[in-house]
Amino acid sequence: MPCPDLSAPDQSSTDRSSIPEDARDVMSEGDISRALRRIGHEILERNKGSEGLVLLGIPSRGVPLARRLAACIEEVEGTAVPVGELDITLHRDDLRRNPVRTAHRSRIPAGGIDDRVVVLVDDVLYSGRTIRAALDALSELGRPRAVRLAVLVDRGHRELPIRADHVGKNLPTSSAERVHVRVAEVDGLDVVRISGGDAR
Amino acid sequence: MTRHLISSADLSRTEVEDILETAASMHDLQRREVKKVPTLRGRTVINFFFEDSTRTRSSFEIAGKWMSADTINLSAKGSSTSKGESLRDTAMTVDAMAVDALVIRHNASGACHQVAQWVRCSVINAGDGTHEHPTQALLDAYTLRTRLGDLDGKHVVIVGDLTHSRVFRSNVITLRTLGARVTVVAPPTLMPSGIGAWSAADGFATSWDLDPVLDGEGEHGPVDAVMMLRVQRERMSGGYFPTAREYTVAYGLTRDRLERLVARNDDVLVLHPGPMNRGLEIAPEAADSPQSVVLDQVSAGVAVRMAVLYHLLAGEDTPAPMPASATEGAVR
Repeated sequence: MPCPDLSAPDQSSTDRSSIPEDARDVMSEGDISRALRRIGHEILERNKGSEGLVLLGIPSRGVPLARRLAACIEEVEGTAVPVGELDITLHRDDLRRNPVRTAHRSRIPAGGIDDRVVVLVDDVLYSGRTIRAALDALSELGRPRAVRLAVLVDRGHRELPIRADHVGKNLPTSSAERVHVRVAEVDGLDVVRISGGDAR
Repeated sequence: MTRHLISSADLSRTEVEDILETAASMHDLQRREVKKVPTLRGRTVINFFFEDSTRTRSSFEIAGKWMSADTINLSAKGSSTSKGESLRDTAMTVDAMAVDALVIRHNASGACHQVAQWVRCSVINAGDGTHEHPTQALLDAYTLRTRLGDLDGKHVVIVGDLTHSRVFRSNVITLRTLGARVTVVAPPTLMPSGIGAWSAADGFATSWDLDPVLDGEGEHGPVDAVMMLRVQRERMSGGYFPTAREYTVAYGLTRDRLERLVARNDDVLVLHPGPMNRGLEIAPEAADSPQSVVLDQVSAGVAVRMAVLYHLLAGEDTPAPMPASATEGAVR
């Protein structure tokens, strides 16, 4: 299907602001890799294998995380799991509060999501609003058998009744703090840092 | 981004690229079973067409509906305009109903610009007289980018009645914004006066002869796409060219010209904003050739207009101050 060349890395929705000096590391490269490996195993355990799994990353940093999870799963099970990306811009509930964001294309694996077990993958779970938008976006694409959620960091402060099935690290934060996730595919390094709030 | 889309010159390169990128995701939506997103829920878009139109009006209406906006179509016939209401009163009346956007096609150049001074809502130009048609230029750029990739340095030739063409004006601006090379071709009688200064300022080429341009002679260089403009029937009696036959021979995309183009570049694209006069400015062989992307243009129309509505209406509410004259009594 012809489409404009979108192969250039998606930078527009990426938080390019630099991490403040006072930020402290909460997950190192090794921590992230171990957490993803564990999540990969958890997904397989829960699903009793890789049958019917589809991993959908939420841009921007959920996408490389989903690819890494798929690689972990393939390593364990020996079968490839379809990976896609789900752009949720058009379903956000804060569109009227912010300047317009460019909508990007969702890439859904060829087999679709009907009757599959979709695992949504994102970097940070915070208010839950992104996941609410993702669930809406999914419902327009088909009817999965089940939807699960895997996140690298759960920092609390939910504003909606949403929870993650697989969590890399639970990170109790104050809402004044900021969590910065950096992944090698987008930022050139793997790290989770936290900044702001009370200096501790 | 600005609140209105009146001229293609309102858009920077980044803004054009953002719209085209968004349009690509809208185009995916068009292929889905459920062709609807909730993005513009609660917004109202009025399509006010003072001139006849099939594709522009229907694509704006579909675009609004698929984005969950409420769209209402008005035409001059059947509205108070036919009772003699002025454009200003009509525009202010509609605006007073607290609509979010007014899509306007009007036979007077500058009508949209003028309306934008009177209303609070966003104004989108869907073609004003012989002035501009910015969403057509965006969908042409989208179609070209789909096939050619980045348009930087690509050579687009626009042929036809330039004097009366709003499509040409908007296209030159958008194509230059995206870095394409543009050559415009028309008989001297249909070349707009003052184009010399404009082409020098905006960096595009002009020619009275089609064949040397299509053959890529001298400075012209190889051609990546040819856009044929419609010869408007009402111009034929205006003395701009002797006969339709003569126009076809000198400026039509005939079978012979298409064959020569394809011999030089198999991937050359043929565009036409429609409606086509087959056998006049474009031969049926060219219109139906594998090089023709005329139907791609139509298909892109909805996606691009969805993207335009999204970029103008989805963001923060920045209500412009109510024009003093419109605060009271406008609806009565």
